[in-house]
Amino acid sequence: MKSGSNLEKVLTAGHFAVTGECGPPRSADGKIVREKAKHLKGNVDSVNVTDNQTSVVRLSSLAGSLLLHQEGLEANMQMTCRDRNRIAMQSDILGAYALGVRNLLCLSGDHQKFGDHPEAKNVFDIDSLQLIQTVKMMRDERKLLSGQEMEEGTEPRLFIGAAVNPFADPFDFRVYRLAKKAAAGVDFVQTQCIYNMAKFKEYMKRAHDMGLTEKVFVLAGITPMKSLGMARYMKNYVPGMDVPDLIIDRLKGVEKKGQAKEGIQIAVDQIQEMKEIPGVAGVHIMAIEWEEKVPELVEKAGLLPRPQV
Amino acid sequence: MIIAERKPIEEILEMVRDFKKILIVGCKGCVTVCNAGGRKEVGILASIIRLAREKDKNPIEIIEETLERQCDPEYIEQLADTAHEYDAILSMACSVGPQFIAARFSEARVFPALNTEFMGGALEHGVWAEFCQGCGDCKIHLFGGFCPIARCSKSLLNGPCGGSSGGKCEISKDVDCVWHLIVEKLMSEGKLDQLTQVKPIKNWATSRDGGPRKVVREDLKL
Amino acid sequence: MQYPTNIEIIRVPCTGRVDIIHLLKALEDGADGVYVVGCEEGDCHYLSGNLKARKRVEYVKKVLEDLTVEKERVAMYNLSAAQGPRFAETAREFTDIVKGLGPSPFRKPAAKAA
Repeated sequence: MKSGSNLEKVLTAGHFAVTGECGPPRSADGKIVREKAKHLKGNVDSVNVTDNQTSVVRLSSLAGSLLLHQEGLEANMQMTCRDRNRIAMQSDILGAYALGVRNLLCLSGDHQKFGDHPEAKNVFDIDSLQLIQTVKMMRDERKLLSGQEMEEGTEPRLFIGAAVNPFADPFDFRVYRLAKKAAAGVDFVQTQCIYNMAKFKEYMKRAHDMGLTEKVFVLAGITPMKSLGMARYMKNYVPGMDVPDLIIDRLKGVEKKGQAKEGIQIAVDQIQEMKEIPGVAGVHIMAIEWEEKVPELVEKAGLLPRPQV
Repeated sequence: MIIAERKPIEEILEMVRDFKKILIVGCKGCVTVCNAGGRKEVGILASIIRLAREKDKNPIEIIEETLERQCDPEYIEQLADTAHEYDAILSMACSVGPQFIAARFSEARVFPALNTEFMGGALEHGVWAEFCQGCGDCKIHLFGGFCPIARCSKSLLNGPCGGSSGGKCEISKDVDCVWHLIVEKLMSEGKLDQLTQVKPIKNWATSRDGGPRKVVREDLKL
Repeated sequence: MQYPTNIEIIRVPCTGRVDIIHLLKALEDGADGVYVVGCEEGDCHYLSGNLKARKRVEYVKKVLEDLTVEKERVAMYNLSAAQGPRFAETAREFTDIVKGLGPSPFRKPAAKAA
């Protein structure tokens, strides 16, 4: 065991894993995190806590992770390269582990232009690949970037994650990107939310052929559509998002008040399809601001009960 | 070259609001090439300021000069005879110029008429883009001849990030994703292996992060 | 061919010769308005002189806007050298526009150079 986290145990035992996501509030109100936790408890193996997602200041990922732990869930802490230099990152990693965090996702981070503080200085001291390497070095070599050694038993032993976007450009390079992250030492990856199953299957086939699915657990991203409007918005206005017409058509074919239900069904159907794709080790459900639907979604997709390992 | 742009007129007018006689001094270096602060631009700015002040019934006398450069003390020295005659000196060089003038003529009020922006080159007549950030450790040959430090919005050494879309950077359709360019170039040359190793963490100490820098050539010092 | 007597004509071989500073100086020297008359776009003997002139006129319009002065005080017209009546017409047209705007706010007070 690298970290002994629940997520690691579930994946290593060969179960189809389920992770969820929790976006912390734009205030110091911890209660909101606890509320979201209630919907996810028992329905997922661990929960991502985003790190100032889209460069909008939110309650920190570390704090959010601790709140989840207090509610009896396991957190996947996230760390972007945008806001912290290597000194702050290593420091936060040591602190997070000391406080019980066991899973960490290493991300580049959206440019601050998108957020509520576009005038901030951005950091990007190291990039996400280098961060993965750093966390691995801290865990497996017990060393900081400076060469400083940590005594056995005092090193942070984290299960290392990353994000991949099979649909970003250039498409042909995306599998190499996964290969690079695998070489850097990533243990698991979560994809951006997927709607174009054909393209995703192609990506997974290439990954499988390169032997990457032996080295890395791939969790496929699922975001249920709330409405036709949301589907259209994502198709037309979100960069890198590939929403095929057949999804739009399924939602169009239902009257407005039935669209949410259809959106859940589409997600359920997707999960069933994901289970059959070689190399897909689980799903990552991002029901942002719709966390209350996760229990229903997980149940309909036949993912309950979650394994106790 | 160093690319700079003239400040908005309102800002410049505010700078010289209380003055009756000013010198506008241009530079024949970079700012002439990027049409921001050469002799021509000095003339235009002087004319605009005179017009604005005429309109406000608060005329201003403007002397126009253009030096060879404003980043070598011997050229700044050429202002020595007359510097004291002006209420203020408005420099149209890159920011180095006004700093040198202010240092040499400590009693003078010196203002920068330009915003100095980046090191870059021309894409076409009238369009310049950023190509260099002065990191002090040039490695463009490892990236197909492109600089990811200056041209990637996140200065990634192991890009692209997930925001690259249609060859453009997530921050704007007007910004090329340099990692897209790097990958395409290396893929077309069959050199993808150059990108499979994780590029190591950058030493930013040679960049501005390490503190203000100096270059000393002992062989040239007199 | 009649055109208003308040027009001062400066002839150039091509309007591409007209630069931003010339338009500004005309305003500095007391002109209430300044306009550029060039060949029809596509007919420039020097290919793009008139296109450059238009860009410069646009630049000066922006300067006038920044100074909260009417940008109509500077303009560009395109016509062929053979169009005498059209020339007179544009002269009248521009004169009317500027008259409507009133004297230039850049005019120096009455004191004249000797």
